[in-house]
Amino acid sequence: MAMLEIRDIEVYYGVIKAIKGISFDVNEGEVIALIGANGAGKTTILHTITGLLQPKKGTISFDGKDITKTPAHKIVSMGMAHVPEGRRVFSQLSVFENLKMGAYTRKDKAEIEESLAMVYSKFPRLEERKTQLAGTLSGGEQQMLAMGRALMSHPKIVLMDEPSMGLSPIFVEEIFKIIEEISASGTTVLLVEQNAKKALGIADRAYVLETGNIVLDGDATELMNNETVKKAYLGE
Amino acid sequence: MDFLTHLINGISLGSIYAIIALGYTMVYGIAKMLNFAHGDVIMIGSYVVFITVSTMGFPTILGIVIAMAICTVLGMTIEKVAYSPLRNATPLAVLITAIGVSYLLQNIALLVFGANPKSFKSVVPFEPLVLADGQLVITGVSIVAIITGVIIMVALTLFVNKTKAGCAMKAVSEDRGAAQLMGINVNGTISMTFAIGSALAAIAGVLLCSAYPTLTPYTGSMPGIKAFTAAVFGGIGSIPGAMIGGLLLGIIEILGKAYISSQLADAIVFAVLIIVLLVKPTGILGKPINEKV
Repeated sequence: MAMLEIRDIEVYYGVIKAIKGISFDVNEGEVIALIGANGAGKTTILHTITGLLQPKKGTISFDGKDITKTPAHKIVSMGMAHVPEGRRVFSQLSVFENLKMGAYTRKDKAEIEESLAMVYSKFPRLEERKTQLAGTLSGGEQQMLAMGRALMSHPKIVLMDEPSMGLSPIFVEEIFKIIEEISASGTTVLLVEQNAKKALGIADRAYVLETGNIVLDGDATELMNNETVKKAYLGE
Repeated sequence: MDFLTHLINGISLGSIYAIIALGYTMVYGIAKMLNFAHGDVIMIGSYVVFITVSTMGFPTILGIVIAMAICTVLGMTIEKVAYSPLRNATPLAVLITAIGVSYLLQNIALLVFGANPKSFKSVVPFEPLVLADGQLVITGVSIVAIITGVIIMVALTLFVNKTKAGCAMKAVSEDRGAAQLMGINVNGTISMTFAIGSALAAIAGVLLCSAYPTLTPYTGSMPGIKAFTAAVFGGIGSIPGAMIGGLLLGIIEILGKAYISSQLADAIVFAVLIIVLLVKPTGILGKPINEKV
């Protein structure tokens, strides 16, 4: 049984069918990449998994439990964190307060302190700027904060939506290095990326999305050598 | 000395406006809606104190606590029944619903308590404070209103900035979706905001009716609109903004009454609002609106 099982989900925006019956699995410990062009439905899928959107059809199960109808605020305490597209850090809160919000559902103070120390060691910049308002951080720092905030919930799986979007090449390198570290520490990763080359570079398996359908899937290295993928997503 | 008296009266009235404005501004900040029924919650709170204290002879404090409890439940019920089904509706639909709830509360009060004004006995037992050989007289209500206002403002500021629930409120106010991803129950937070705002409305109602002792089913509507003005004036959504807006509005109203014209006082208040909004459309402490693309 996979950790996260998506079965035949259909998602609508009003009358428009954005996701047209998609199924896929994420196994424990894997890094899975969802790649595809703008409007393919990548973000919609992540929003549906974490409960911000409801599918009209299909089921989603996590750790053997059906979470299709579970409200978004209850999902994080089950061990799933979501780093949303565009970071969406709380700009009016300080860096420290943002991280504290990440641990909102946790009670044990000592464990929260432990996670905080772990996040600060992964992102020393966040510790330097902990009293600063999140809105004053640079894009790359905000991305680090969004990732740190997600790690504060001590998740089993992290969903990451376009973590490299709008970042300078140096930050892109750093972000991908950190994703590998997160995976190495035992956390499962579901990664949505437009930067297909980078995503396939660190993923175990990948799914290719086109206008609400999965058109290709397989081993990440295999997909990297696939002619269609090369042409459409790797620009070769 | 006259000026000082007027100023103190203005600060006192302003404190009451500020307490009401906090309810408007918090609800706006969290639920992104204007709760026009807020003024009528004040009126209900005042009737509860009138009945429990003046008619049934309960101790004043007990009457106020009962009023706060009833207003809290009322505010949460209004939110649950009238507003929460409209969470994804257009802002206009919510606004019209709020106006509807306002009329509903007024008409229920009319039905239950009748149209005759009730003479509200001040809940403040203190004698006026006479200073400077009788040239400066500060009423007991003024003193209590100012002290209450300060306590509420400090407590609310600490709550919002220092507690986890307050932090969660700020998070919900900024980005509802991201707040849910943190595990924050948005509906619960909105409900809590209505509860706090409505409890404050009960306190404001008692102070208001102690200072201006006529109670009718329409008592809440004018102070409600003025406090809403104060919230906009200070920057709607901003808690310090509501405090400053409320205080300034009270001072302007009293000084306007004293030195310009008592008939024109309300007109002056709204004229000041218009001028402020022309110069700074987001209010004194309002943040510029960033439309997300």
